[in-house]
Amino acid sequence: MSPPKGLLPVLNGAEEAGPGHSRRAFLQMALGGAAVAALGACGVEDLLRKHLHELSKEELQALLARLEKKYSAQYGKKVSVAANAALPGVEFGYGLDLSRCIGCRRCVYACVRENNTSRKNPQIQWIRVLEMDKEHGVDLQHANPYYEAELVPRPGHFYMPVQCQQCRNPPCVKVCPVKATWKEPDGIVVIDYDWCIGCRCCTAACPYGARKFNWAEPDLSAEEMNPVTHYLGNRPRPRGVVEKCTFCIQRSRVGRYPACVEICPVGARKFGDLRDPQSEIRRVMETKRVFVFKEDLATEPQFYYFYAT
Amino acid sequence: MRSRGPRSLLALLALLAAPAAAATGPAAKGAPAPAADAPAKAEKAGGAPAEDLIQAEKPPFSEGIFPCSQCHQGPGDSKRRELAFHDDVQSTFDHDSEHRWCLDCHMNASRDVLHLANGDAVPFTESYRLCGQCHGDKYRDWRVGVHGKRVGMWNGQKTYYLCVNCHNPHSPRFKPLKPEPRPTRPEEMKR
Repeated sequence: MSPPKGLLPVLNGAEEAGPGHSRRAFLQMALGGAAVAALGACGVEDLLRKHLHELSKEELQALLARLEKKYSAQYGKKVSVAANAALPGVEFGYGLDLSRCIGCRRCVYACVRENNTSRKNPQIQWIRVLEMDKEHGVDLQHANPYYEAELVPRPGHFYMPVQCQQCRNPPCVKVCPVKATWKEPDGIVVIDYDWCIGCRCCTAACPYGARKFNWAEPDLSAEEMNPVTHYLGNRPRPRGVVEKCTFCIQRSRVGRYPACVEICPVGARKFGDLRDPQSEIRRVMETKRVFVFKEDLATEPQFYYFYAT
Repeated sequence: MRSRGPRSLLALLALLAAPAAAATGPAAKGAPAPAADAPAKAEKAGGAPAEDLIQAEKPPFSEGIFPCSQCHQGPGDSKRRELAFHDDVQSTFDHDSEHRWCLDCHMNASRDVLHLANGDAVPFTESYRLCGQCHGDKYRDWRVGVHGKRVGMWNGQKTYYLCVNCHNPHSPRFKPLKPEPRPTRPEEMKR
């Protein structure tokens, strides 16, 4: 019953085409003709393309070029889409000083501006700042992300910003049925928005509420669109896919601090290479009281909370 | 003939500039070159203290106030008292104000510099040495990047801030801020 070899494309080195491959190939053939006619030049290659990890260098370059062209036309300015890989020998770590954070939410909006998240309907923010009572400590029963105040910090409260914890043992990656999300060598958990099917299993699996779903077409104006993008990071997302913090992959992979680090007015946010003993994050880990959020879940975050005082 | 002179000069300049641009590397450019992009470990290693890498912001003087020698020439009365000038500082001074006054940090003999407890002069651009006399724990943390803020490259050149770029030296406690708007509640979003 198996199809004769040579007729259907098989993966390099694969002895035989599994059922998945033959089905994809069948769909490619059956839909290909109709789709080409229906969709014209845009999107066919993207609909029928292989997983990012299976693309050759040339195919990846072509994909990026197509996206740059599409976004540039869409937003009326020159948009770049990079796909640089993890820097060799680097493992990112992030530190957040709970004794300093004042809950001003500057980080939230710096992130929104940098990462092209949907502004109003739907509103998507990758960082959520929780206001907690000092008398209860870190206790989600008494956490309020919707606090409003003339001035912060409010007496008797402290603030705990939460974003993707870039777990070493990420439940979101485990549950993805199509491998649209994975952990990169530098520790960043990424999503291929073109591979995501929008099932939201990952959103449910994440114990930190870090993953956000585009329930509607993202609301991003041409003026506010940040044109320096990364394929796995801040490029514009379509409706119906999941997104989250990537440590500003478009910045951190070229050596820059994430946007939330640079905006913080109290210097509560630290970022660097965990394998570099001189890095700020290593100094934090060696000299301060450090904890990870929901340690009991064994997600092993690369995001550390600490108290400098 | 005449037009070739400037052009060859330009070419020479370009040649000279190329290695310089490569040396500043990823800091200067947004576009990454994956191979050349490896973290500048060599620069950072060698156990050099963070202080060597400092490119601090300028001290935040009030408009027109510096150099102080515009008004103060030579030493003045060293007795603690209310001044007729510098009202803005005196009215807000809140830095152990019960025990301290101007000349505990500002040098009487030359107002364009500060002084340490032992009398050594310290320029305003190195005021952290003065702050560090009392706040040694913060100073140690700041030197390695744990206290305070840095912007730029996590693996290369970064801008550091002096203590006084964030803390008003005459009233160092952080003032409360107006927070940015709260997120929309799910029920408030349009369907």
